[in-house]
Amino acid sequence: MAINATGPASADTGADRLHPEGRPVRPSGAARRRTWRQTRRQLTPYLFIAAAVALLLLLTYWPAANLLYFSVTDWDGIDQDLNYVGFENYVQVFTDPRIFEVFYVSLYYFGASFLQIGLALYFATILSFNTRFRNFFRGVLFFPYLINGVAIGFVFLYLFQPDGTLDTVLSWFGLTDPPQWIGDPEIANWSLAGTSVWRYMGMNFVLFLGAIQSIPSDIYEAAELDGANKWQQFWAIILPGIRRIIGLCFVLSIAGSLSVFEIPFIMTGGANGTSTFVIQTIQTAFTHRQVGIASAMAVVLLVIVLVVTFVQRKLFPDEKVDLT
Amino acid sequence: MTTIHNVPRTGAKAQRVTVGTAKYLSLVIAAACTLLPLVTVLFASLKTSEEYGTTGALTPPSNWLNLSNYVTAFDSGEMLEGILNTGIVLVVSLAGTILIGTMAAYGLDRFEFRGKKLVFALFLIATLVPGVTSQVATFQVINGMGLYDTKAALILLFMGTDIIAIYLFIQFMQAIPTSLDEAAMIDGASRWTIYWKVILPLLRPAIATVVIIKGIAIYNEFYTPFLYLPSQDLISTSLFRFKGPFGAQWEVISAGTLIVIIPTLIAFLFLQRWIYRGLTSGAVK
Repeated sequence: MAINATGPASADTGADRLHPEGRPVRPSGAARRRTWRQTRRQLTPYLFIAAAVALLLLLTYWPAANLLYFSVTDWDGIDQDLNYVGFENYVQVFTDPRIFEVFYVSLYYFGASFLQIGLALYFATILSFNTRFRNFFRGVLFFPYLINGVAIGFVFLYLFQPDGTLDTVLSWFGLTDPPQWIGDPEIANWSLAGTSVWRYMGMNFVLFLGAIQSIPSDIYEAAELDGANKWQQFWAIILPGIRRIIGLCFVLSIAGSLSVFEIPFIMTGGANGTSTFVIQTIQTAFTHRQVGIASAMAVVLLVIVLVVTFVQRKLFPDEKVDLT
Repeated sequence: MTTIHNVPRTGAKAQRVTVGTAKYLSLVIAAACTLLPLVTVLFASLKTSEEYGTTGALTPPSNWLNLSNYVTAFDSGEMLEGILNTGIVLVVSLAGTILIGTMAAYGLDRFEFRGKKLVFALFLIATLVPGVTSQVATFQVINGMGLYDTKAALILLFMGTDIIAIYLFIQFMQAIPTSLDEAAMIDGASRWTIYWKVILPLLRPAIATVVIIKGIAIYNEFYTPFLYLPSQDLISTSLFRFKGPFGAQWEVISAGTLIVIIPTLIAFLFLQRWIYRGLTSGAVK
C-alpha cells in the first residue's frame, strides 16, 4: 500500500520499524494485532481529513453536479417529476434578452474597478512614503471593507436620497439640479458601482500597500542617492515591483463584476435596470421557480469564472488566487 | 534627474511643499469621502423625527445624547434577537471550522497517503465556484436534509465553505518543525494526542487569524441567512427587514445601521494588526 514503514510520514512506533515488511511467518495473536494496527495507521490520515472532505463533497461538489443535472431539465424545484429538455435552457440563457442583457450591467462595475484600482494604487503609494497620521488614513480608507453589506446599502440609500447628503454637498459647489441617483435608470448603475468602489477600494489598497512595503527599502535609498524623485521611484521601482498583484486585482475584478450581488440586491432589489446576472439567477430559481433555467445560468457563470481564472493562471503563473 | 539639480534651491523646496500639500489634500478629501456618508447617518440617528424632517442631512443633531431611535431600533426592530442568533451561529461555526480545518490541515501536511493530490485539487477548484449562484442547487441539498429554516443549516454552510482557513492552517503548520511530532512519537504519543496536545496549541496565532477573518465574514453574511433562515433573524437580515416597516423613518433606520456597524468598528480598532495580516494572507496566498 501507499505507506511503508520507511516512509517519512509513518515513523509511527519503534515496534513497526523492527518489522519493515510486517508479514508474519505464521498467524498469531500478535500478528493479527499488528495488521490491525497497520490498517489503523493507514486509515489515520483519512480520519483527519474526513470531515472537511465530506463537507466539501456535500456542499460544493454535490450541488455543482446537481446544477449540471438540473440545467438540462425543466424542474421547478418542488415537483417530483422533471423532464429532460436538452440544451433548451442554455439556448434561452443566451437568446432571451431579459436574461442576457443583465450581463451589460456588469460593465458598470468592471469600469468602476479601474477607478477602484487606480485610487487604491495612488493611496497605497503615497502612504508607503513617510506620511503623518499614516495609520489613521490607512484605517479610514480600509474600514469600509469590513462593514456589513446591508449597513452599507442603507448608508448609501440615505446618501443618495433627494436633498440628502450628496445633493447638499454638490449644492455647495453650485450644482443645484442633481439627478435622482437611485430612481433614474440612467444613473442608478453608476451610483451602485460608486458604492461598490467605496466598499471594496480598501481591500485593494491594503493588498498594494503590503506589496509595496515588501520591496526592500535599500532600493529606494539607492534611488534617492541617485537623485530620483518620488515620481521616478514610482515608475521605476514600485510599479514593476507590484505589477503582478495589480494584474491579479484586475483579473479578480472581472470575476467580481460578473458576480455582483449584494449592493444592488440590498439597495434596489434589482429595480430600475440594476439587476445583475446573479440577482437574475436567484430570482429565476426562488421567485419564478424555474430551477432548470437558473441552473443553466449558474453553470454559464461558473464556466466564465473558470475561463477567466485559467487565463489568469496563464498570464500570472506564479500567483495563486482564490476568488472568494 | 539632471533637471532637479538645475532647479534653484528655493524652487525645489517650493515644489516639495506643493507636492506635500497636494498629498495631504488628497488624503483629507479621501478620508472625508469615506467618513461623510457614515457621519451623516450618525447625525440622522440622533435626531428626533420632527428634527429629522426640518433639518438638512449635514446639520448636526441638537441633542447628541438622544438615543431614543436606538431604543426603537432595538425594541421594534428586534435586533436583540438578531444579535443573539448571530452570536450562536458565530460561536458554533467558528468552533467547527477550527476543529475541522486544523484536523484537515494536520492530515494533509503531516501524512503521505493515496489520493492526497486529488484532495488538494478538490479544495483548490472549490475556491472558484461562485458562492451565491450555486445556492440554486445547495438549497436543494439543505432542504433534502431537512435543515431548511434552522440555524444548523447556516452552521453547516459556514463550516463547509472554509477552504481558506484550511490553507492558512497548512501554511502555518509547515513552519512547525516535524521533529516536534517525532519527539512526541518516541514518547509514545498517538497521532491524535500529537494533534491535540502539540500541534493545536502551536497553531494558536493561525487560529486567532481565522477567528477574526471568518468572524467578520459570518457577521456580515447576508444572503445565506436571508435564504435559509427566513423565520429567524441574524444581524444582517434583521437590519434588512427595516426596509419595510420603518419605510421612510430614516432616523430609526440610521440607528439600526449604526448598531450593526459599531461592533465592527470596535473589533477593527482593537484587532487592526491581525485583520490586515489575516486578510492579506487570505486573499493572496
